Amino acid sequence: MNKRSFLERFAAVPHTVWAVLFILAPLLFVVYFAFTDTYGNFTFDNITMLSSYTHIFVLSICFALIATAICLIIGYPLAYIISQLSPRRQKLLVVFLMLPMWISLLIRTYSLMAILDNGGLLNSLLVSLGLDKIKIVGTSGAVILGMVYDFLPYMVLPIYTSMSKLDKRYYEAAADLGCNSLKTLFRVTLPLSLPGVISGITMVFVPSISTFYISQKLGGGSFDLIGDTIERQFKNVSTYNIGAAISLVMMILILISVAVMNRFSDEDEGGMIV
Amino acid sequence: MKKLSHVYMWVVFALLYAPILVLVLFSFNRAGSLNHFSGFSLYWYRELFRDATALTALRNSLVLAVSSSLIATVIGTLAALGIDRTRSKFLKGSLTSVTNIPMMNPDIVTGVSMMLLFVAAASVPFLPVRFGFTTMLIAHTTFNLPYIILSVLPRFRQMDKHLREAALDLGCTPAKTFFKVELPAILPGIVSGLMIGFTLSLDDFVISHFVSSPDFQTLPLYVYNQTAHEIKYSMYALCALMVFAILALLLAVNFAGAKGEKKQKNGGAA
Amino acid sequence: MEKNKLIELKGICKEFDGEQILKSIDLDIHDKEFVTLLGPSGCGKTTTLRIISGFVSPDSGDVIFDGKKINDVPPYKRLVNTVFQKYALFPHLNVYENIAFGLRVKKIPDAEIRTRVKEMLALVNLRGFERKNVNVLSGGQQQRVAIARALINEPKVLLLDEPLGALDLKLRKDMQNELKNIQAKTGITFIYVTHDQEEALSMSDTVVVMADGKIQQIGTPTDIYNEPINAFVADFIGESNILDGVMISDYKAKFAGHTFECLDKGFAPMEKVDIVVRPEDVDVVAPEKGMLQGVVTGVTFKGVHWEIIVDIQGFKWMIQTTDYSAPDTTIGLYIEPDAIHVMKKSEYSNMFGDYSSFSDEFDELSDVESVEDEEEAKEE
Repeated sequence: MNKRSFLERFAAVPHTVWAVLFILAPLLFVVYFAFTDTYGNFTFDNITMLSSYTHIFVLSICFALIATAICLIIGYPLAYIISQLSPRRQKLLVVFLMLPMWISLLIRTYSLMAILDNGGLLNSLLVSLGLDKIKIVGTSGAVILGMVYDFLPYMVLPIYTSMSKLDKRYYEAAADLGCNSLKTLFRVTLPLSLPGVISGITMVFVPSISTFYISQKLGGGSFDLIGDTIERQFKNVSTYNIGAAISLVMMILILISVAVMNRFSDEDEGGMIV
Repeated sequence: MKKLSHVYMWVVFALLYAPILVLVLFSFNRAGSLNHFSGFSLYWYRELFRDATALTALRNSLVLAVSSSLIATVIGTLAALGIDRTRSKFLKGSLTSVTNIPMMNPDIVTGVSMMLLFVAAASVPFLPVRFGFTTMLIAHTTFNLPYIILSVLPRFRQMDKHLREAALDLGCTPAKTFFKVELPAILPGIVSGLMIGFTLSLDDFVISHFVSSPDFQTLPLYVYNQTAHEIKYSMYALCALMVFAILALLLAVNFAGAKGEKKQKNGGAA
Repeated sequence: MEKNKLIELKGICKEFDGEQILKSIDLDIHDKEFVTLLGPSGCGKTTTLRIISGFVSPDSGDVIFDGKKINDVPPYKRLVNTVFQKYALFPHLNVYENIAFGLRVKKIPDAEIRTRVKEMLALVNLRGFERKNVNVLSGGQQQRVAIARALINEPKVLLLDEPLGALDLKLRKDMQNELKNIQAKTGITFIYVTHDQEEALSMSDTVVVMADGKIQQIGTPTDIYNEPINAFVADFIGESNILDGVMISDYKAKFAGHTFECLDKGFAPMEKVDIVVRPEDVDVVAPEKGMLQGVVTGVTFKGVHWEIIVDIQGFKWMIQTTDYSAPDTTIGLYIEPDAIHVMKKSEYSNMFGDYSSFSDEFDELSDVESVEDEEEAKEE
């Protein structure tokens, strides 16, 4: 078709305007606030001040990395097991997997806290068994557990999707060429499901590193992560600028790592086709 | 090996669901405690429904979710059409990348950036920007857009391009072609986009947290405020209700999906 | 075929991505004619068809319909309808609504639509299929629906873009006959695009052979087969042995080291020419009786006949004969004057070798689909 109709030509215009106004412009304001002081004068102070937040960045990255790794370790086998079931059971289990994703993160975190809390279900159970209470909420373990619990489905689902898309004949070919099921897993399934792993890692890492509700609830206020720090800065007009600077740095960090990961998975896919 | 893997699977699922089940179960506990179960009661549900703020928040959430997902669906569907028909690779690429930013960015950054935009806009004279419904609507529409485009665009790509030509060939003008042939073909994508947008909006807490005002609260914001200090058992009831609603919705969608498929299969006989 | 001209293409040129797809096409199509555009993939036949249907506008040249220039008339205002390559039936509509589509767009009253759809279903042998879902129909049935959907609009011209390409061989043959019958019954001009020379020969009134964006030859199927204008046409239509030769004088051609009587004249003395000898026109005789002698290098049983490859002075001939000859034996060949066709040298001379191998041809066949798509993809 040579000529496009009026509709086709201008259909994307409303969205383009919207994207400029409400996606690009807000990001420009983040940059603007990051490089100005409260009076709107240009300054590098916010950026240089970030050095005093280094430990927060390090802690957040560590927590997010550990949570992502645990999700991968738990989630990969789970995705594999599901993908080996009959199609009907697969469908059912995927719904089961998605259900928690639809339930608000607040609710899930809150209910987890209700179990782990000092006066929570777990501890009352321990007490009734004549055992000592254990302090869970307020430890770093609880925060990581919260991240794992909240974001595990986001790891499993993309991995499962990439596995279920695999042509079943690959498995047959591998078996034909002498692979047992374990060898097939390592030589065929693993490399071919890598794109799913990459997107799973992104989907767990990004919300983990930027969360503030999980650390507030399960950290019992004793852990300050990037999310908490940003959230606190925006409660008060005078700290908007430093908040913007932290947000900017986090955003750049994440966008770079996501871009690197995507490049990595793209190349791998290309290599696999050849 | 097989048995072991099934055990593993069910253990993970059990752990995934345990907190939710506990929450639902104890929402019916009159005692208002996790230490002992004093008997089944709807006390906390009644308590919840006596709470006018909760009801307002529910209404706000629904109004916001419906309006933002509808607006995003209209803009997003048109955008998908436009992107599909754009010939310039550069334009296509840059438009989709910008669209995807809210999806890639952590919610907190999206929330903060929109908040700064509104703060800046509010300082412009004659621009009546007040935090509340309008800012929430803009924010929710914005983060819904990429999901809608993402679910509609592949439908355009998958559509047999000869369908368009067939319609033109049979006398439809381009506009008629869009409504008579293309729209029915992409409708499943639009519907699923609309549903995703609706639930995302209903569920969103982080972005709303930054662009809302105390006089416009949605359900997640209400939950957040309620759970800020101590555990309130009417929150258990609210959360349990939300779980039930989502379960019902999910079942309905699955049921409708299955029925739709069946209908298509039987279409010849009908 | 001296009927009034319905469509005239005048000097049509079209370029995609800097590649000249059509190089000045001139073509007249007459009323009630069955015209086939025949050529290998990428020759521009589909583009020509899409220019007539209005999906592609030419860079230069005129499209004239019934005496009026229609270059800028959009597809939905043209009195032509198309049967698309993969049918393009609307998946959300049943058989009835698919066929009724064009009439609904024109806001024809329901009662009339009902009778006309019924007529169409009868015409394409699909009575009782009204309420069927198009997605569950077989390829042949979908094909019929596509034809009915186009014909119900009573177009002046029906354009068919490789409509039988997706069907299996048996079904193709049936549909070829059926299409021919439908054309006879309706009296509508058909313009048919195919890369299958057999299909073109058996169905058409006129065959237009295209290659490299140019029309090579226009003629009746027998003309095209018996009097190919150049080496390309000779090679593309049927099997042929194409040899270098020299016209010694009128009615005397020399090739393969022998001077033959022939029926061609009007060439310059000693002009270099291409000679075509069809495999079925060669008689196998005893070596001493033959005009040419050669060694059999391959024999293939083809059912009705044997296909024999004979090496004559290093050039491999293909001969179709009902008599078996054992490999490695020497045989003689006898060629009647009327079996020899002399062609002027063209850009295609020497492009087609002998029958040393068939592999090229098979490659081309399997590539057809993908290359065709490529051609269309460029238009986007």
